[in-house]
Amino acid sequence: MAKQRVLITGISRFLGGHLAQRLEEDPEVGEIFGVDLEPPSVELARTEYVRADIRNPLIVKVLQATEVDTVVHAAVIATPGRAGGRAQMKEINVIGTMQLFAACQKAEKLRKVVMKSTTAVYGSDPTDPSIFPEDVGPSSHPRTGYAKDAWEVENYARSFGRRRPDVDLTILRFANFIGPRIDTPLTRYFSLPLVPTAFGFDPRIQLLHEEDANEILYRATREDHPGTFNASGDGVVYLSQALRMAGKIAIPVATPFMNLIAGAMRQAGLVDFSPEQLQFLQWGRVGDVNRLKTQFGYTPKFNTAEALRDFITRSKLAKVFSEEQAEQWEHDLYDFLARLSRSRSTDAARV
Amino acid sequence: MAEAEIIRIESGRRAETQLCRGRTADGRPCRNRATASGYCRRHQPSEQASTSPAPSRFEADLERTLAFLRRRVTGGYHVDDFGFDADLTENILLPILRPLFDRWWRVEQRGLENVPANGPALLVSNHSGTLPWDALMMKLAVYEGTGRHCRLLAADLPFRMPIVGEITRKSGNTLACAEDTTRLLDSGEIVGVFPEGYKGIGKPFRERYKLQRFGRGGFVEVALRTGAPMIPVSIVGAEEIYPMIYNVKSLARLLGFPYFPVTPTFPALGLLGAVPLPSKWIIEYGEPIETKAFTPDAALDPMFVFNLTDQVREAIQQTLYKNLMSRRSVFF
Repeated sequence: MAKQRVLITGISRFLGGHLAQRLEEDPEVGEIFGVDLEPPSVELARTEYVRADIRNPLIVKVLQATEVDTVVHAAVIATPGRAGGRAQMKEINVIGTMQLFAACQKAEKLRKVVMKSTTAVYGSDPTDPSIFPEDVGPSSHPRTGYAKDAWEVENYARSFGRRRPDVDLTILRFANFIGPRIDTPLTRYFSLPLVPTAFGFDPRIQLLHEEDANEILYRATREDHPGTFNASGDGVVYLSQALRMAGKIAIPVATPFMNLIAGAMRQAGLVDFSPEQLQFLQWGRVGDVNRLKTQFGYTPKFNTAEALRDFITRSKLAKVFSEEQAEQWEHDLYDFLARLSRSRSTDAARV
Repeated sequence: MAEAEIIRIESGRRAETQLCRGRTADGRPCRNRATASGYCRRHQPSEQASTSPAPSRFEADLERTLAFLRRRVTGGYHVDDFGFDADLTENILLPILRPLFDRWWRVEQRGLENVPANGPALLVSNHSGTLPWDALMMKLAVYEGTGRHCRLLAADLPFRMPIVGEITRKSGNTLACAEDTTRLLDSGEIVGVFPEGYKGIGKPFRERYKLQRFGRGGFVEVALRTGAPMIPVSIVGAEEIYPMIYNVKSLARLLGFPYFPVTPTFPALGLLGAVPLPSKWIIEYGEPIETKAFTPDAALDPMFVFNLTDQVREAIQQTLYKNLMSRRSVFF
């Protein structure tokens, strides 16, 4: 059997780069091509870097020249800052994906497409079910930013899937990534010394460890898992709980001022939070991971709380106080109060 | 240090010599330094009790409280996928309600044996009282009676509100929708539902104890699909806590509420008018209506669903009348 030939878009980014690294170690994988405008950020040995823009119709030539049988589309961008503005970001996400799938439709040797999406397609709303399964959509689809892009991109993927039923289409809806190496708005948010939160709201958040994310993308590329899957660690944590675990101090901000603060932080280059991510900080979002575990056959090694703990310990977040300190205080306070009550009762007995 | 040396020779457990061998209230290893006995002063085994007195009740309470505070400060507690925070609910939220339950409304429970000790069940109750105190009391009643947490289904309004939404979710409740209900019942939880919704809780005082329409019977469909038994619950007493004489509809529309109540004391007495009247409450759990015998396809037959809905509704209404007849007065 011929070896698998893989083309990865977004090779300069964390997931794309690490996928290429994993595939390089696999003797069953033949040639690997990485498409991006920027060179890969990780060390790659035998991956061929193709400097190309997926928005350009030339991408069809790349696909035909490389004769790949697998395309991994991991180039959808979440943060406008990286792309150089929202308009640019939308251009790359939506127009780029359109071009890519148009090219894919012409690629006769293509057998598999894996697409990186996000649970953000479910939006964040208090009137939706608490837990989203893959096939039940939200009451209203996101209308702004990354979430809207992801939803439109998924639609292009699905219509491509209908036109090429011979190609296995896997859509992975990733929850928020966390880990010591990956750089996302959320990891930056957790690294702030004082963390602004929405006053009176405490969203449930679901996290996927970067190692699990890499593993899931690798398996989706190597194995056959057609369908749409939510990809996240088990369980949830509350944002307030996560901040306490990280030893951070939350600063509740009244919701009307959230946009203002987010804008200021964007200007200062601290955290690049877009409006739909502010909604997420208010309402949270949880996807059902049952299908990932049963059909896809992978249970993430880190559940949400463990992934967060790993991130906190390995990225050495500055904590206001540590858990050991808290336990020490607990014991000291106990000893003090217990001694106080004892001495009082013995005093009373003496009298 | 000299003390630690001695223990090492005796027990041979090098790594643990420095620290106490006891466990704290939440089962973590104690981190206090050990004395010669291998335990810290707090976790001395009972044979040492002659030298140091046994921990008093105050000390036990203190230990529990401090352990709770430490968990809250460091985030060391578990929440389920729906956001149910058992630690917070059992230690803070339910204890706050207990005086209302015991002293103010003196809630009497009947038919507790009808609530299963394990496995799924759908508690279907009447709804009244302008503010959902009846839901909170039912939640506490089920916890007091069986030690289980009743997961209530609420409208979207509380979840939209700041603080209220947060507490509603953390105490284990969720949005009244088929997806969440199915998921909870499938995982073997007790779910509490108030099919009358706003029509029940916001009805005028003159219509007290008259059950309103039971929504669209969605709860019956879910019970049929999951095979969970339905337990009719009749709450007597909640109708009298805020007798609603008038509903200022225009004001309600302006504020985005389903109704704006006028009671003899509210808004005339301001916030004081928000104090509920101390009526005497009876919560009765009726005989379970089993749904296992029916196939899940029965949920697709609207006529059958209507009939079953009516059966539950009738059971609640009859028990309401019976308990109303038997009570001596509204307040005793």
